[in-house]
Amino acid sequence: MSQAVVAPELQQHPPDEPAVVFENVTIGFENKPVLDNLSFTVKPGETRILLGPAGVGKSVLLKLADGLLRPDSGRILVFGEEVSAMPEEQLFKLRSRIGIVFQEGALFDSLTVRDNVGYRLTEERLPDEEIDQRVVEALRFVELEHTLDKFPSELSGGMRRRVAIARAIITKPDLILYDSPTGGLDPITSTTIIELVIKQRDVYHTSSLLVTHRLQDAFVLASHRFNREANKMEPLPEGHSDPQTSFLVLNDGKLAFDGSTHDLVHSDDPFLKEYLT
Amino acid sequence: MAAIATLDRAAKKGVSAVQQYALISGRAVGNLFQRPFYGADIITQADIIGVGSIPIVILTGFFTGGVLALQSASTLAQFGAAAVTGQLVALSMIKELGPVLTSLMVSGRNASGMASELGSMMVTEQIDAMRALGTDPLKKLVMPRIIATIIMLFFLTIISDAIGILGGAAVSVFLLGQDGSQYFHTAYQSLRYADLVQGMVKPLFFGFIIATIGCYYGMTTRGGTQGVGRSTTQAVVVSSVLIIASDFVISRFMIGIFGR
Repeated sequence: MSQAVVAPELQQHPPDEPAVVFENVTIGFENKPVLDNLSFTVKPGETRILLGPAGVGKSVLLKLADGLLRPDSGRILVFGEEVSAMPEEQLFKLRSRIGIVFQEGALFDSLTVRDNVGYRLTEERLPDEEIDQRVVEALRFVELEHTLDKFPSELSGGMRRRVAIARAIITKPDLILYDSPTGGLDPITSTTIIELVIKQRDVYHTSSLLVTHRLQDAFVLASHRFNREANKMEPLPEGHSDPQTSFLVLNDGKLAFDGSTHDLVHSDDPFLKEYLT
Repeated sequence: MAAIATLDRAAKKGVSAVQQYALISGRAVGNLFQRPFYGADIITQADIIGVGSIPIVILTGFFTGGVLALQSASTLAQFGAAAVTGQLVALSMIKELGPVLTSLMVSGRNASGMASELGSMMVTEQIDAMRALGTDPLKKLVMPRIIATIIMLFFLTIISDAIGILGGAAVSVFLLGQDGSQYFHTAYQSLRYADLVQGMVKPLFFGFIIATIGCYYGMTTRGGTQGVGRSTTQAVVVSSVLIIASDFVISRFMIGIFGR
């Protein structure tokens, strides 16, 4: 992989302030509870992997964190600001510090890759030259700088996901939300995407919340680190896991687990044991 | 009890839909006065909605005027009033048929287009992505469509009126053997300021209905591609019915004001 040119931005919030806080969050749709009294924290620079069976509310949780949905009760704080009580207009400003990668990429299908990745910069009315330069930098991070003039429909599923990552990181956000970034992809492409997530985590130390139902991807993330010299990910020594990466497991709308990789693997909880096998 | 519960649910759903429609429309129009102003998007939509609809509006207007002349001439002739065919065509086109038929054609073409385009964006999470990227979809997508439809429908109606009168003239002169100058003279002489106002005010309301209904069904689409199809159909049906219903209300109101 080529070395990224995207430089980390100075953190604008106190260094010890949690990036995300969920306090007793409950949400349901059409009288069916989806998330029930959920509480957890994402610390600065931390990567939290959210696991759980399909349809348990993982994507809903990410949308709540970005203020795209509002909880029925409870509080959600992102960088100390209560997104669950903010008007949409203020949320737009806060979202400039948050990058999100949607499940299927959610690229604008009528815009080129260049316009997709540079969308936020275009909306900020930046000069075209600056947009072009930053789009190329972001695309270089995901090794897709040659796709500038292509439309999303001309890209493969994995490439679309990588473009979505480039779009999420172009403004150097302080928090990235990944919604099943490897869902529906083949194992090789999945590994490429996970490598990009690890690279973002280890090079820029961006706080992130990653949803996945693929255990293999989750454990690759926890057990690998990014080698900047070799410019690729490499496994951590046997028995070690990344200290900044930890797990959340959802089941039946409740948090079944909140802890480190070690605790998860050694848990005696029957559900977790069954889920992990 | 089950029937009452079903009625209760349906009533709540109906009220909620009206509330959501009012919120979407209100916020989108309110956004007109807030920055950033998406002028380029308004022009793009004006091109798609207005310029793109010109061929169907010309064809509809021409044949409507023509058939109006054809049908009315024989009836008018029974009273020895065939000479006022131009007056009947002009008044009918300008006050009623021009605005209503143009709006129905634009509704079929554009309310469906808006519902399907925005609906597809909804089900593929592109609207969520837009919000996540700091853009208000009501400002970026809905407001330009409302403004463009209102403005362009106004001009499309004028085109339709003019072409309709020409269509009536063509039928009157070439098929019915009437005098062309008499046709245009009676058409022009019969028109009053009130008739023009009535005909020009209607497309403003109809344009608003087409765009807001199209966008509302698009922005509330659920359920994948099937949901997009459902939204598209509903947008056309509801906007068409609302156009005809509101035409009656506006006509009654205008007649009350101008007395004709």
